[in-house]
Amino acid sequence: MKQVMEGSHAASEAVRLAKVQVISAYPITPQTHIVEALAEYCENGTMDARFLCVESEHSALAAVISASTMGVRTFTATSSHGLALMHELLHWASGARLPIVMAEVNRALGPGWNIWADQTDSLAQRDTGWIQFYCEDGQEVFDTTLHAFRLAEWVNLPVMVIQDAFFLSHTLEPVDIPDQKQVDQFLPPFSSGVKLDTEKPCNMGQLTPPSIYMEMRQHIQMAMEQVSSCYSEVEKEFSALFDRQYGPVEPVACEDAEVILVVSGTIAGTCRSVISDLRSKGEKPGMLKIKMFRPFPADFVRRAVRAAKKVAVIDRNISFGAGGIFCQEVKSALYNMDPHPPVFGYIAGLGGRDVTPDSLEAIYWKTKKGDLLKGESTWVETQEVELKN
Amino acid sequence: MPIKDYIRERYFPHLWCSGCGHGIVLGSFLRAIQQLGLSKNEIVMVSGIGCSSRITGYVDFHTLHTLHGRALAFATGVKMGLPELNIIVPMGDGDALAIGGNHFIHTARRNIDITAIVMNNRIYGMTGGQFSPLSGYGIKATTAPYFNIDHDFDVVELATAAGASFVARTTTYHEKQLTNIITKAIQHVGFSVVEVLTQCPTYFGRKNDIGSAVDMMKLYKEKTTPRGSKAKKENPDLIERGIFVQKEMPEYCNEYNKIIEKAMKGH
Repeated sequence: MKQVMEGSHAASEAVRLAKVQVISAYPITPQTHIVEALAEYCENGTMDARFLCVESEHSALAAVISASTMGVRTFTATSSHGLALMHELLHWASGARLPIVMAEVNRALGPGWNIWADQTDSLAQRDTGWIQFYCEDGQEVFDTTLHAFRLAEWVNLPVMVIQDAFFLSHTLEPVDIPDQKQVDQFLPPFSSGVKLDTEKPCNMGQLTPPSIYMEMRQHIQMAMEQVSSCYSEVEKEFSALFDRQYGPVEPVACEDAEVILVVSGTIAGTCRSVISDLRSKGEKPGMLKIKMFRPFPADFVRRAVRAAKKVAVIDRNISFGAGGIFCQEVKSALYNMDPHPPVFGYIAGLGGRDVTPDSLEAIYWKTKKGDLLKGESTWVETQEVELKN
Repeated sequence: MPIKDYIRERYFPHLWCSGCGHGIVLGSFLRAIQQLGLSKNEIVMVSGIGCSSRITGYVDFHTLHTLHGRALAFATGVKMGLPELNIIVPMGDGDALAIGGNHFIHTARRNIDITAIVMNNRIYGMTGGQFSPLSGYGIKATTAPYFNIDHDFDVVELATAAGASFVARTTTYHEKQLTNIITKAIQHVGFSVVEVLTQCPTYFGRKNDIGSAVDMMKLYKEKTTPRGSKAKKENPDLIERGIFVQKEMPEYCNEYNKIIEKAMKGH
């Protein structure tokens, strides 16, 4: 049934229907609506689950890791500095091969303090062994959260389902919420292969010498390499039931496109209308939305941009000294493909600044008419800052 | 110097809700500074995150608005770098006792000369009314819609046990006592903890049907009593106000200087 709800509640509704058993979190704006709804569900019996409000994000993920080790389905949610504080445990969750699902609300890091949308928080965690999905709207948040449990429990890796602060987390949109029976068909109860069990005592997290540590890391990489095909299976089953499918990337009008704009998150929604406006004026833009960031869907990206003359990557994030993070990944995916289109990097919308249709159209023209830049990236719509001593 | 000279007027009106007790704490703090006759240049104020932490924006001292829970760790760095300055740390429930709880007990253990003003409103106001480690059993919050089963810390007992050499408690109703206590806390050499019970009518008051800010302040009047009073003996549920610990103990920066002195002997 279609209901009007925030992106935050699209996440919490999916968690309710996924019959998660243990949830832990620490309050941080703009993630709080997700866990407030879940706290209510846990206490009024809507969910048969335990909610732990602990004393920090570090403790929240620790609690979820140990609950997952006991073989139950788990969830946490955070944002920005909360995610940064979890960093040590992010590695632990993937290293222990635990299928934890997290809702991450993209928010800028301080200083200066800023609570608005910026992807640098989650992209800074790209090497922690978590699968990452970036969502465009409330429906995608809901669907992807359900996908996440299936996928995580299949490949034994944790999954982050990411949405933009406020543009998505606090924006009301219609979201189709299926009933419990339908979701149960898609997502059976969690049965963990490796868990602490009094019948089969074991010891976890022990000293791992060089003779075996490397293989354990290789196994994580092997699991990551399976994600793409497993995700395609998960989506196939999901779409048979719910008639919605996304793919790790979504190419829009890329077949004959001269300039392809590569986007993620809510900017994709804006970009769709820009593409159709420009097409109606006889231009040939395309859009490539990247949904799955880890593992990076390099094959899909190569296929989508192969025929384009130019590629423009719009990043609402920055790796200082290297440029936009999606841009780095796109460049690296194309490097061994000969020939490949030149890649233009644009930094836009940091700290919640609007990326408007005009911003994207200007990027299109700049890319179409311009030569490859000397630097790694162009900063979009920044003001001249007067330096005072 | 007039009180107004201690604030950054350009940041007003402040963002606290109407009825919030934090403005009273700010007022008391400024009067304490005025009474002590400190110059703006001698004071560093360090805060973390939350409603209480916004104080650093409003006062015209050297101010640092830092990470959630880490205010005391940042403050320790400031004090070790420039020990002659007065370091004041306004903190809320989360900064002092949840995410920052570890820093709180270790700052007390070291007895470094910092003044922590713990503004206890028993809830996380800024993020929307979730329960905190000071909410207490039975309290309602957005993350405890029925009732909270977590017990609260007693800030005075915790600070005392951890080794703070000045520990006091009062409320926003007792403004004169608050000014007096903050003055003494700043003068004290060592780690000083001042717990201030301060009302959050928006979340704590509303969630728990306590009424208006005025009703909440009346409760501070009725449910507290001076330390060691006869009333406390007759009604053990009353919360005591006053100075609980005030003792001379070796201060961390001074002790550190002794190490330097010893290490430099013979050179």
